[in-house]
Amino acid sequence: MTAPLMLPMATDIGNPTVNIVIFALFVLATLGIVFRASRNNKTAADFYAGGRSFTGPQNGIAIAGDYLSAASFLGIAGAIALNGYDGFLYSIGFLVAWLVALLLVAELLRNTGRFTMADVLSFRLKQRPVRMAAAISTLGVCFFYLLAQMAGAGGLVALLLGVSNRAGQSIVIAVVGILMITYVLVGGMKGTTWVQIVKAVLLVIGAGIMTIWVLAKYSFNLSSLLGAAVDKSPAAGEKLLSPGLQYGLTGVTKLDFISLALALVLGTAGLPHVLMRFYTVPDSKEARRSVSWAIWIIGIFYLFTLVLGYGAAAIVGPDRIKAAPGKANSAAPLLAFELGGEVLLGVISAVAFATILAVVAGLTITASTSFAHDIYGQIIKKGQISGDGEVRVARYTAVVIGIVAIVGGIFANGQNIAFLVALAFAVAASANLPTILYSLFWRRFNTRGALWSIYGGLSSTIILIIFSPVVSGKVDKKTGASLSMITDTSIDFHWFPLDNPGIVSIPLAFLLGWLGTITSKEPVDVDRFAEMEVRSLTGAGAEKAVPH
Amino acid sequence: MSDIGDRDLTTYRDVQLSPDFSELRRRFRRFVFPMTALFLVWYFVYVLLAAYAHDFMSHKVGGNITVALLFGLGQFVSTFAITMIYVRWADRRIDPDAEKLRHQIEGAPQ
Repeated sequence: MTAPLMLPMATDIGNPTVNIVIFALFVLATLGIVFRASRNNKTAADFYAGGRSFTGPQNGIAIAGDYLSAASFLGIAGAIALNGYDGFLYSIGFLVAWLVALLLVAELLRNTGRFTMADVLSFRLKQRPVRMAAAISTLGVCFFYLLAQMAGAGGLVALLLGVSNRAGQSIVIAVVGILMITYVLVGGMKGTTWVQIVKAVLLVIGAGIMTIWVLAKYSFNLSSLLGAAVDKSPAAGEKLLSPGLQYGLTGVTKLDFISLALALVLGTAGLPHVLMRFYTVPDSKEARRSVSWAIWIIGIFYLFTLVLGYGAAAIVGPDRIKAAPGKANSAAPLLAFELGGEVLLGVISAVAFATILAVVAGLTITASTSFAHDIYGQIIKKGQISGDGEVRVARYTAVVIGIVAIVGGIFANGQNIAFLVALAFAVAASANLPTILYSLFWRRFNTRGALWSIYGGLSSTIILIIFSPVVSGKVDKKTGASLSMITDTSIDFHWFPLDNPGIVSIPLAFLLGWLGTITSKEPVDVDRFAEMEVRSLTGAGAEKAVPH
Repeated sequence: MSDIGDRDLTTYRDVQLSPDFSELRRRFRRFVFPMTALFLVWYFVYVLLAAYAHDFMSHKVGGNITVALLFGLGQFVSTFAITMIYVRWADRRIDPDAEKLRHQIEGAPQ
């Protein structure tokens, strides 16, 4: 270790000016792209779905850009550095989940819907109630995910730009929010998609360079890298290399882990901002290619994070990671600094920042599309509205959502954000996925089944989280400090033992969907079902790409 | 059958009941449902082993490479493999027939 790194204040590492300059270059470049892309934004299909004219590979890269949030880059690398193998388990769940999307959802959804998840769910059921439920659940998932990203931005700022006071962090959160609103307003889905593509390419290249660099230090021998990580982590030792360090403590934590694994693998195919990306390609074949590309990019990226995580443990060491302002999240940036000094740290910081910006933009366009198209266009105006009118509402909504995200992000700054992402996945897996699968594959499925499943899944997830240890009553046994959202240890109203509600809420939502259906006398709309089934498999009548 | 809209298949319901469509649906489901079951079972076997079989998973197979690491990397390999197999299969076994039906329904290609 070199002398300057012994400084206790880890905000002193790197050079904030370098970070800011590199980040500003990214912002300028993407703004340029967004303005260029906006010249062809004419119709609703342009604004919501990028004219459906992206190729499979382009959309696949953009999906990876949407999916690989700062939580998965900084979070997983940090989790592996500190908890070893248990951090790796996250990435496996996040990756395998894509097979659900590939085999069961992407193509059928592309062929059946227009802009949103609600288009598919309400296709053959009673329009208004089902669309409303689907839109509420879409907005819910987007809100939790958005809050997590914005709150995470505050922590990142502390780490990367050396902004440690809250007011300064709040200003940066506001800047992130305003940039994101600009991307969405100007660029629509087309501009947002290009931002995702640029960001994904930068992220994968950055992580790839670091991975090769780390491996080169250990003569490309994974075993010696793992050995070095173990040597540098006396507290964890050999346990770093096998599961259980974080989740293997008691029977409850093991169950918690299984619950998390369930939500991860079933949540992805119900994430509305992921589903919406399938509408940006011309047909189901391209939707299939997009998922295939996304799986390769995401999979390779997670393999990089495995090396980066153990590399951070071996080269930086757990003590310095824990002492840094962002704790686990600082593992990858610290590793970058150790390898390539200020410049590499600047690049990686800018990439991490760009990641937040791009994911937030993707979520915002999804939420505003769902509000404008589902709630305003179809429910309030009953479809009697021009595409232009809808898009205008979508733009207003994007501004409102941006402001909500800024305010929410400022308030949530410093909160435990991992649970917000877990919550978004749990809601997606409980409220969205059962209804999507039932309506695509179960002939008898009806309106009551859909409503019970969506509302039941949504409310059970939220209730179980509120009464779980993440919100109140979790105390670190050694230090006596609170690990919950409510840090006052005298307030404890939790009765659900697990942090992750999926193991209860997901089966419950499937059960409610079935129970609601068989208790309802609503007849099957055979014609609409026939249309949905034929369209979903053949692509007949599917929305076409916009010619330019 | 010609590429021009088939007179016998006037509604989606007729298409749905036609033997060609039934065959396409059967073929699709007979691939994706077992494949989904397969990867979910394999994933949960792995998750359960990770949660409850620590001794087995921490066994070293060579150097510092543990059984757990091989199983984890195995999930990556199986995911990549299933993706490749499915894409190849769907390109060959679904797309041509789906396209034929689509042309019958929509009329001649533009």
